[in-house]
Amino acid sequence: MSVIAPKFRLGYLVKGITDNIFWIIVLLTLIGIPVVQIVLIYIDFPVIDGEIWNPFRVFDAMTHPERALPLVKNFMQTDLFKVVAFPGFGFAALIAAAVIFVERKMLAKLQLRVGPFYCGKVEGILQLMGDGLKLISKEIIIPAKADKPLFWAVPVLFAATAGAFVALIPVAPGWVVADIDLGLLAVFAVIGFFPIITILAGWSSNSKFPFIGGIRALYQMVSFEIPLILSLLGIVMLTGTLNLSEIVESQVNFPWIIFMPIGAIVFFICILAELERIPFDLPEAESEIVAGWLTELSGMMYGLVQLGSYLKLYAFAALFVVLFLGGWNGPWVYPIEPMAEIITDGIVIMPDALVIKDIPGLPLFPQEMINGTIWFILKTAAVIFFILLPRGVFPRVRIDLLLKIGWYKLIVLAFVNIFIALALVYGGIIGPGGIL
Amino acid sequence: MSNQVYPKDKEILPGLQIEKVDDRIMTLNVGPQHPGSGHMRIIIKVDGDYIVHTDPDPGYVHRGEEKMAEYRNYITNIPHLERPVIHDSCNILYPYCLGVEELLGLEVPERAKYLRVIAAELNRCVYIEYWLAIYGIFLGHSTMFMWPVGDRELLIDLLDKMTGARVTHAYFVPGGVRNDVPPNFEDVCLRQVNYFEKRLKEYADVFYDNPILISRTKDTGVLSREDAIKLGTTGSVLRASGVDFDIRKKEPYDVYEEMDFQTNVLKAGDSYARSKIPWLDMFESCRIIRDALKKMPKSGSVRVKLKPKPKGGDTEVYRRVESGRGSLGMHIVSRGLPQPYRLKISVPSFRNLIAMPHLLTGEKLGNMPAVYWSLNYWPVEADR
Repeated sequence: MSVIAPKFRLGYLVKGITDNIFWIIVLLTLIGIPVVQIVLIYIDFPVIDGEIWNPFRVFDAMTHPERALPLVKNFMQTDLFKVVAFPGFGFAALIAAAVIFVERKMLAKLQLRVGPFYCGKVEGILQLMGDGLKLISKEIIIPAKADKPLFWAVPVLFAATAGAFVALIPVAPGWVVADIDLGLLAVFAVIGFFPIITILAGWSSNSKFPFIGGIRALYQMVSFEIPLILSLLGIVMLTGTLNLSEIVESQVNFPWIIFMPIGAIVFFICILAELERIPFDLPEAESEIVAGWLTELSGMMYGLVQLGSYLKLYAFAALFVVLFLGGWNGPWVYPIEPMAEIITDGIVIMPDALVIKDIPGLPLFPQEMINGTIWFILKTAAVIFFILLPRGVFPRVRIDLLLKIGWYKLIVLAFVNIFIALALVYGGIIGPGGIL
Repeated sequence: MSNQVYPKDKEILPGLQIEKVDDRIMTLNVGPQHPGSGHMRIIIKVDGDYIVHTDPDPGYVHRGEEKMAEYRNYITNIPHLERPVIHDSCNILYPYCLGVEELLGLEVPERAKYLRVIAAELNRCVYIEYWLAIYGIFLGHSTMFMWPVGDRELLIDLLDKMTGARVTHAYFVPGGVRNDVPPNFEDVCLRQVNYFEKRLKEYADVFYDNPILISRTKDTGVLSREDAIKLGTTGSVLRASGVDFDIRKKEPYDVYEEMDFQTNVLKAGDSYARSKIPWLDMFESCRIIRDALKKMPKSGSVRVKLKPKPKGGDTEVYRRVESGRGSLGMHIVSRGLPQPYRLKISVPSFRNLIAMPHLLTGEKLGNMPAVYWSLNYWPVEADR
């Protein structure tokens, strides 16, 4: 039975537009304004010039930099900012979006084609937005005999676990959502959730191909988690800490990859396997098991899983940077001192007429934070590039060869790495009383 | 394969107790709506990761080409007979034209014979590139999907210049070829074929010498020399199993006996050898095209005049050629009418499909695409 599209009529168009306007107004008033109010109440308002601030005056202040900047600075010191914006979800999602675009363009260049081209006029830069809108507007279809609560939970769980992983990554000195002493252990704990979610997806969709995909994901992740953990033990031995920020601070003079290249290689291969990227994309092997454990997911459920997997990619690349490449450490590329003119002379909006002086909020960021972030992003981009590259070069491996790589080769290499670390410590090169 | 003894298939009535084999065994319907199947269905039963039973189920794209041929005369049969393999259309029309020429007693002009060889070899490369692209994406190698599809455009452009159509050329007609080539075709063809050959060599770096590919396809789906002959396989599958059989050499048609080329034979008989033979064949095709361009008469007629609705005698003919997939034959029965009384197409795809259950059973599920597509099988052609 086919559905014939109705002929175009102006009345339908007007009705559609008015309907949209109606719903936008309703949703804005019902959801938008309460959300803004809640957010504003969450912030501790400063007392500036003896004025007591309330949420309504904030709107007024946003038009005036002299009043807005202290508010922004104040907001940036809250936990909410860390979670939603800078080292947390917003920053990671922005990098994930950039990674999707770069991946598509880079793969296209490798394969002698152009990739996304039309959307957004300039080299298809808005393609991701178009894809996102498409995914949102698609119908969500759930198999009739699926375990519905679990099936609904899977995409949310996946994105949330990836977000939890992102929260553990220190981006700049002091800029980390969850700065806990057992940071590396927490990373292992979060990674351990992913196989459970994938097997949940395979089981709850009550379909054959997702089930095989879920089982494959379980095998793959479990067998690669062991060399992944073992390859990081060397660093823990050398630094004597599990706190990720302290591990970064221990690499001020040299990154650990100089002493532990084997560990870095093992960790990198394990990253590829954990991320289910080619050549280890067996759980989603298209020509064998359709789309693996993602087969029955549709619409934004699939979109959430994809978002989660790219957040995971960012988090793993960032973890590689933190552990092996020295995190935010790097030479100064940003001015060490804040720009003195702005502090003393103020912001000149119009000469002789509108000069804003003595702004209490400046500088918004400490200088070492910006410098550290620049280095962190550069290094992360380099690692992400190497994670994306195999997709254009390698075919998929088979499950038995994959398990052989994981259990025979990588675990042995990871132990070799541990022995190197032991030799460095007991040889008196690194560690307490060492040469370096 | 594991040591467990599986129930023999003959104990089960076909199609009746298909689910009741064993609780351990899961039936997978690979296709027709599966990205790794093509226009067919493969019913696979797996025990864990091992395939214990394979049942190919073609027939989803049956178009009745043979019956259609009985209602059209010898000339109007041409455009629909190439439909089973639109990207190898010259080679599927080749045996038809040879057969009809034998029926009608036509003598093909010398220049048309060389043009036929050039068109057939170009089309063989076009087909193999398409096949190779799908082989690449079946193994998860997306660059090997894009490169052959891109390089195929070179030859498609050449065929476009020659015949006026990118695919479905309908270039071969009984008594020659449909039209002559444009004036500067020889130079363009030589240049593009040389560049194409240079590109082919790069496939080794990215695909054939790739250690992961070798570890995946070596020693999987091994077809021994005896089995290859016994099962009636043909073309690249047969030559990968160590049988030196190429119709262009064994039963040369048109001007193939004057051409300078060799047959590629590999002894291994595994998926890797089967995937490598067509790639090696493309180099030989380039050699043949260069040779034919050199030896071709520079001018002359390319088509003999025919009466409208020519009638054949009261005989039958069978002619076969080496297509991109193997020996492709056509049996034409004539009863003195302007149309064939019966036309039977013997397709290589179906003959290679027969080997599939023998190769897949006992393999791992992950090897399914690698073995399946290495059989050089085109589902539409098998269904005709």
